[in-house]
Amino acid sequence: MAESVNDSDAESRISFGDYVVLKRGDVFKSVQVENKKKVIFEKQWFFLDNAVGQLFGTRFEIEAGGSLKLKAAKHSGDSLDSKEAGQDNRHILDDGKSQKLTRDDIETLKEQGLKGQEIVQQLIDNSTTFKDKTEFAQEKYIKKKKKNHLRYDTLAQILTLGNIHAGSKILVFETCAGLVLGSVMERMGGFGSVIQMYPGGGPTRAGMESFGFPSHFHETLHEFPLCKVNALLAGTLDLSEKDADGNRRSESSQETSGVSEERSSEPQSMEVSVDPQEEMRRVERERLREQKAQEKKVKMEEKRKKLASAAALLEGRNADGLVIASRFHPCPVLMGLLKFIAPSRPFVVYCQYREPLIECYTKLREQGGAISLRLTDSWLRHYQVLPNRTHPVLLMSGGGGYLLSGTTVAADAAKTRNQQKSEEPVAKRLKLDEISSA
Amino acid sequence: MSFVEYSEIIQEGDVVIIFQGHESMMPIKVQSGAQTQTRYGAIRHSSDLIGQRFGSKVTCSKGGWVYVLHPTPELWTVNLPHRTQILYTTDIANITLMLELKPGSVVCESGTGSGSLSHSIIRTIAPTGHLHTVEFHAQRAEKAMQEFKEHKVSHLVTVRNQDVCKDGFGITGIADAVFLDIPSPWEAITHAKSAMKRKGGRLCSFSPCIEQVQRTCEALLDHGFEEICTLEVLLRVHDVRAINLPLPDFGPEEGSADTPNTGNTSVICRTATPPREMAGHTGYLTFATKPRD
Repeated sequence: MAESVNDSDAESRISFGDYVVLKRGDVFKSVQVENKKKVIFEKQWFFLDNAVGQLFGTRFEIEAGGSLKLKAAKHSGDSLDSKEAGQDNRHILDDGKSQKLTRDDIETLKEQGLKGQEIVQQLIDNSTTFKDKTEFAQEKYIKKKKKNHLRYDTLAQILTLGNIHAGSKILVFETCAGLVLGSVMERMGGFGSVIQMYPGGGPTRAGMESFGFPSHFHETLHEFPLCKVNALLAGTLDLSEKDADGNRRSESSQETSGVSEERSSEPQSMEVSVDPQEEMRRVERERLREQKAQEKKVKMEEKRKKLASAAALLEGRNADGLVIASRFHPCPVLMGLLKFIAPSRPFVVYCQYREPLIECYTKLREQGGAISLRLTDSWLRHYQVLPNRTHPVLLMSGGGGYLLSGTTVAADAAKTRNQQKSEEPVAKRLKLDEISSA
Repeated sequence: MSFVEYSEIIQEGDVVIIFQGHESMMPIKVQSGAQTQTRYGAIRHSSDLIGQRFGSKVTCSKGGWVYVLHPTPELWTVNLPHRTQILYTTDIANITLMLELKPGSVVCESGTGSGSLSHSIIRTIAPTGHLHTVEFHAQRAEKAMQEFKEHKVSHLVTVRNQDVCKDGFGITGIADAVFLDIPSPWEAITHAKSAMKRKGGRLCSFSPCIEQVQRTCEALLDHGFEEICTLEVLLRVHDVRAINLPLPDFGPEEGSADTPNTGNTSVICRTATPPREMAGHTGYLTFATKPRD
């Protein structure tokens, strides 16, 4: 493309390491641009090297051998191309053989008896930018069995009902491979902090990579293991420094480089080795062992620091919001994590099924501490809009999962209005009842 | 307090939301010495509000109590004084996501109306973005400006009192997204396009009637917009209840000894029933992408 280079376009140019979205027709795929690395998309193998330096949104052809060649700019006008779903930051591939139907083609097909809806169904997609991210992020990172059907309109509700915005402190517990987490982080814009609670060994964030956040965003992201929540709440969480064996380190042995004092206590071989080569090997093994121990120490210290910083953010119990979207039973997760949220803050719980959320609702009613509880799901209907051929196309309902949302309030033993009044002296109560019913 | 930043303690001049019970809330402006009447009695601002924590329970003069909440755009949407028909959270959520709004986004909107969507946009693009909103009606424009100031977000928004179809948004080449909620959106497409950045952006048009949608899609196509898509989203609210289902009495069981069935005659189930009617139609949302110039 013979386009004059503008400095402001620099940020829109593809670089090595960037995550891009390949688009062909209605199909999308998220890949990382790597040097001389083959990618597969739509049954074709090719290299993305020639894309580097080009602007996002560029169209390419795939040549024999798998290299990319710039394709002449297309003129969007009457073509139904403009009805195709797309994606921001898209890297459009067009191999010239794609079966894009023009209006004339459609008329011809119609004359031949194909129903309008069938034709149009192929062309008009119900994708939107985030929906695309949802689909291909899931495709790439979630095994089919564990597919969590989070529809983009449901995700939209989560982000808005949760009042996710820059500068707040948000707790996230999700098992959507980082998709929800990434969306939350995008709406935080690198301001504030996000604490990802995780089950098991470590947080899964693969899907988050596709968002292509600048590195400073990662400084706002923390993680905390669920298995340490009770300890934190009880105030018994051990955050002291440990040595490589997990023993609490005393202040004197704080070395982080060179040979640690513990190593020197290892029994020296009392035998004088006759073979110099064997001696060399032994020394080498020793060196490697020490190096590994050192690396382990550094890693553990890093882990400890991360745990401590997340704990510091949590123990104030003043987080600004809570988002739960997982395959775990939401009730215990919600009841456990709500303790970290300040009063007058929103929380949103996603569940593929309704009954677990009904349980949450009931529990919250009994326990108190939450108001404006709402159990909702959303229906999404797409429309084909063409002259004289406008009609609904696709109705997505039910499959989008359910949301329970609410607002926290000052924790107080749950009392109904009647109970509240019953605390007051009888005479006064009677008077109040008279006034209230007026 | 501000609509873009949480705070912990209620201060003079804050706008707070009084929660009196399910579906019963009202916004009030906190002023030293002032009083507000609620169904449970009076709230004295100086003693009951100022210095208290958001989310606390406030006992009113008649003995009943309410909760005091920190304002959010979502709470504002259901409590704001209507000057026009407004957009509700369900639509707002989808608009926000599909226009890819985030901190730093520059957004153009017309008409401002009652400011429901405006507050939501401002919250999402803060602290580094900006909203340019155009309102045709002078009084509404004025009221909107006043509210933004009270809600401590006026640094993030510029209100212009003009006709977007004739005079555009007042800026060019800087918007990441444009939103239109006007009677004739097809007349504003040219201005929408020129308001957007050279590298492209997203557009959304909201219209109650399908004829408006058709004309808008045509105009979008003519102006070179891509990925045009029209949808509507409806929220279903489930009513969670405990229901009492009576159990049948089949008489005493064959072979069972003495006592006849003295067990439970009914059982309580927890369920959620969908509403009898789906939420009403609000409008069609048409999205499109302006490609790079």
